[in-house]
Amino acid sequence: MADLGTATRALPLAGFHGGSSTVRLEAAPPAERISLRVRAEDVAALSGALGVDLPVKPKTSASANRRTALWLGPDEWLVIDESGTGVGNGLMQAAQNSGALHSAADVSHRNTAILVSGTGAAKAINAGCPQDLSLKEFPVGACSRTIFGKVEIVLLRTAEDAFRVEVWRSFSDYAFGLLSEGARDAAVKV
Amino acid sequence: MSASARDLGAFRIKDAGRHTPARTARFTFDGKTYTAMEGDTVASALLAHGVHLVGRSFKYHRPRGILSAGPEEPNALLDVSRDAGRRQPNVRATVQEVFDGVRIASQNRWPSLKHDVGAFNDLLSPFFAAGFYYKTFMWPKEAWHKLYEPFIRRAAGLGEAPKEEDPDHYTSRYAHCDVLIAGAGVAGLTAALSAAATGVSVFLVDEQPEVGGALHFDAGTTIDGQNGYEWAQAAVARLKAMPNVTVLTRTTVFGYYNHGFLGLVERVTDHLARPGRDLPRERLWQVRAKRVVLATGSIERHMVFANNDRPGIMLASAARTFLNHHGVAVGRQVGVYTAHDSAYEAAFDLKRAGVSIAAIVDCRSHPGDAVLAEARALGIDVLTGHSVINTSGRLRVSSMTVARNGGSNARKIAVDALIVSAGWTPSVHLFSQSRGKLRFDEQNQRFLPDIYAQDCVSVGACNGTDDLSDLIDEAIAAGGGTLALTGENSFEWTGGMIGAAEGAGPDTVVKAFVDFQHDVTAKDIRLAVREGMHSIEHIKRFTTNGMASDQGKLSNMHGLAIAAEMLGRPIPKVGLTTFRAPYTPVTYGTLVGHSRGDLFDPARKTPMHALEAAEGAEFEDVGNWKRAWYFPKRGEDMHAAVNRECRTVRDVAGVFDASTLGKIEVVGPDAAQFLNLLYTNAWDTLKPGKCRYGIMTREDGFVYDDGVVGRLAEDRFHVTTTTGGAPRVLHHMEDYLQTEFPHLKVWLTSTTEQWAVIAVQGPKAREIIQPFVEGIDISNEAFPHMSVAECTVMGVPSRLFRMSFTGELGFEVNVPADYGPAVWKAIWERAESMGACLYGTETMHVLRAEKGYIIVGQDTDGTVTPDDAALGWAVSKKKTDYVGIRGLKRPDLVRDGRKQLVGLLTKSPDVVLEEGGQIVADPNQPKPMTMLGHVTSAYWSENCGRSIALALVAGGRSLVGKTLYVPLKDQTIEVEVTDMVFFDKEGGRIHG
Repeated sequence: MADLGTATRALPLAGFHGGSSTVRLEAAPPAERISLRVRAEDVAALSGALGVDLPVKPKTSASANRRTALWLGPDEWLVIDESGTGVGNGLMQAAQNSGALHSAADVSHRNTAILVSGTGAAKAINAGCPQDLSLKEFPVGACSRTIFGKVEIVLLRTAEDAFRVEVWRSFSDYAFGLLSEGARDAAVKV
Repeated sequence: MSASARDLGAFRIKDAGRHTPARTARFTFDGKTYTAMEGDTVASALLAHGVHLVGRSFKYHRPRGILSAGPEEPNALLDVSRDAGRRQPNVRATVQEVFDGVRIASQNRWPSLKHDVGAFNDLLSPFFAAGFYYKTFMWPKEAWHKLYEPFIRRAAGLGEAPKEEDPDHYTSRYAHCDVLIAGAGVAGLTAALSAAATGVSVFLVDEQPEVGGALHFDAGTTIDGQNGYEWAQAAVARLKAMPNVTVLTRTTVFGYYNHGFLGLVERVTDHLARPGRDLPRERLWQVRAKRVVLATGSIERHMVFANNDRPGIMLASAARTFLNHHGVAVGRQVGVYTAHDSAYEAAFDLKRAGVSIAAIVDCRSHPGDAVLAEARALGIDVLTGHSVINTSGRLRVSSMTVARNGGSNARKIAVDALIVSAGWTPSVHLFSQSRGKLRFDEQNQRFLPDIYAQDCVSVGACNGTDDLSDLIDEAIAAGGGTLALTGENSFEWTGGMIGAAEGAGPDTVVKAFVDFQHDVTAKDIRLAVREGMHSIEHIKRFTTNGMASDQGKLSNMHGLAIAAEMLGRPIPKVGLTTFRAPYTPVTYGTLVGHSRGDLFDPARKTPMHALEAAEGAEFEDVGNWKRAWYFPKRGEDMHAAVNRECRTVRDVAGVFDASTLGKIEVVGPDAAQFLNLLYTNAWDTLKPGKCRYGIMTREDGFVYDDGVVGRLAEDRFHVTTTTGGAPRVLHHMEDYLQTEFPHLKVWLTSTTEQWAVIAVQGPKAREIIQPFVEGIDISNEAFPHMSVAECTVMGVPSRLFRMSFTGELGFEVNVPADYGPAVWKAIWERAESMGACLYGTETMHVLRAEKGYIIVGQDTDGTVTPDDAALGWAVSKKKTDYVGIRGLKRPDLVRDGRKQLVGLLTKSPDVVLEEGGQIVADPNQPKPMTMLGHVTSAYWSENCGRSIALALVAGGRSLVGKTLYVPLKDQTIEVEVTDMVFFDKEGGRIHG
């Protein structure tokens, strides 16, 4: 019934901004996401259908056409489409079209993302994330499902000094708050 | 700020020390103002002004001074404050740096440091012997609360904990490195230079403000021809300039855990007069190091002799630090009592600085030849084979009593300070924390690292490597690189002893302190052995030797030697107590770090949280979630609001935020088969488009979780769980999938947060949501109770469930979470116009109880089977396997008389039972009564016009119609056992 209107979207981190002299923190724009589960023999079919090669090496990601596939486990990927902002989920449809055995669950709204950039970005994240974020161990494109303080995140390095922090929506203000603290400490001159 | 030399203290030595005279700071000690030099510790600043008395001891309230110049300090524990909110007790005066304006106060004294009433305890000391607490506070029992506990509480602990909220902030950071080097003395710096040159990433950590370690006091060391301390500063400057090196000073490695994981605390602002607001007070570093080099040095021991604790008696190396680093003489007429050559060098430095040395009393007959010769050359009187058998001086040492070993003639020598050394104890604390095993070096009477448990190496003094050239070679090798470095010492040191000295042996009753912080004497340790403590672990606990916050850095070896002597056993046989983290005390603030205020724990909010708050919702915590509890209107209390909400839902309708319910997407061709194995009921018979209530049991047959599961397609289920159960149910499922059923083609995804869930319940529910739903017919015929469909709600792809936890006609609208607020707003606007209400979790609880629907975790407690919970109908009789099928066959789970969930109605309808109330058959039976069970849920039911309750009662279903009792403290409540459905027993409303 059109007269009752169409729902508008409210992002969990709307209005959040912050950072320090060395770290910039911003809420990422909305994106389409699926949690994808595929067995080894069907990886090629899903890669073809999604238009991005699902990486099979741990802690790596692959990107094509604004779609990024993050390896989370031996049969698990988080696929993010930054061009998809409509109400439907093109990734779900694309996976479906593969015709191969898989599980895709729409998690576009389960996750939100915080973009962390600047020379102090890694330090800010290391305020709560125990991973080695040196470029040697965590190069551009590296990703990991890991912890940040008391919450779970998926961390993706998008550039030498830029990260995408994927986090469940109800944990996002905590993650943003802890990142703000980390950003403040990363700017401290000793 | 400038100050004349006089202001800086009468004991400052001109041109001595490394501080800059022009840079001063003023501070107060017990209200009196003093001037210090920048770089002074509180200890050095006070000593510069001739202040030795700084505290009262823990048990006997004996006057105490400054014993050391480092973190091992057991005596000089002070209260340090920047302002009212920033006060910390028990700060070591030898670690705290002076900054302008800092206020220092002594502790454990009343009314003043010089006149302390508690010193009475010293006279009562025969009553405070080891084991006093264990022996005294045994009886009578009644005295415990009134007398003993208050006494112990007052006596226990030192200093006064601050009550104000800490205004500082604390940060934490994780880091990784190839090599972490703990300690930046000669060994640590050398290892760092060696390692850094190979290009690996290096962390060099030292607890002092500047690197150098023993070079702070040891003025006789030269490295590469350069003064040792100056070499160290130049070396660290080179290291800091390298991109692969991180140097952390004022940073203590306090814990060495598994797999190269180390805890560090960096003190960022404690030395600054006006720290910037963005500076954390302290920073916790959690470092994962591939390799660890321990260069933690050694700690000088005191001599154990009668009255060895007077202010003015201190470690020889400390006196040397105060002189050579801080430019402060610890006295004008200084006595030396030693069993080790190192104290001689302290005497030489003092003598050269113009301080008179009363005598060097050496308990050994044969000191090192070189130091002896130098002492003679300097004209210092050396008494070999002599001991200090007593001291005098009330608030500061004024004399030492010296006697030839074994002789009877004693003479008093006037001194105003007495510096002592019994030798050096290698700092093996971190090595031990790493689970390394020590060996006893018989010749030098010390424990040294032996068997390593981690990728770690000890170098230098902590490894027992005394020779400087050997030390340098060892450190270069540990760093993994090559380096050309030579070092030279003025003297080779010999000697050392552990245990009680002359005049403090087993035949004496003198107070020869072993552990200063806990006031443990040699006599106490012997008493412990006499009373039957033969293990060092028992002796430690009986005497509390080494159990203070200094962890016995000075006392452990002495205590061990005294115990071994009493036991007549060699030291390695008596053993060593375990070193545990933290190496030195760590503030709570550092450990808490960012986890305070909003960041203490994530507060999970649903997408509609703000809208609910705007409608006046009160929230309750459910796990980490904030859930709308009830929505009071103006003037309503909780009771009135809940009654109104309960009535309105059944009369009209209510709108409820169910977003927090756990959701798991189960997808794959074997999805139904998998759910068959995880739930007690059958799922292959469920058609797409339908839902079913499911019970999940554990292997033992007890109820684990419940929820409604909708089948969206042949291969796709939408599982719901309880709010609190969401994570554990997913783990439980994933665990079984991976370990028991890996052959199944099915995958699980948590989708709890993908969906905002708006429940609309009540007779008008359909009418309310009808206009928003597109794509499906939601009439009763087309979309009956327990249906599910994918549809569009306000233009958004949604999942609509027809289900009910209220017993009313009900729908749950699932929309992608970002759309939750908009859809909620629209539905609520329409619902409100039709007379519906918003309701919260309290009303939800009452409404479900009226229908006898259980809440897992409230009406069940981990010992309840589906049948106990009257849910036997949900257990398939046909299935041959599911998790719990064998557990449910156990004899105890099928016996008669198990506790069963039933309804209770109070005889007086206005009385609401207490949840948890115990139920008995006969309230007049003698205590302890036979309890039949307990009340699990109890509410006032506005819709029933009376109270209702659910209870677990032994053999409950056979007692329906019977009267039971709930005895409370002031009344006994009579109840009738009923079935569990109190409202709409026929259940017609749900199909409306």
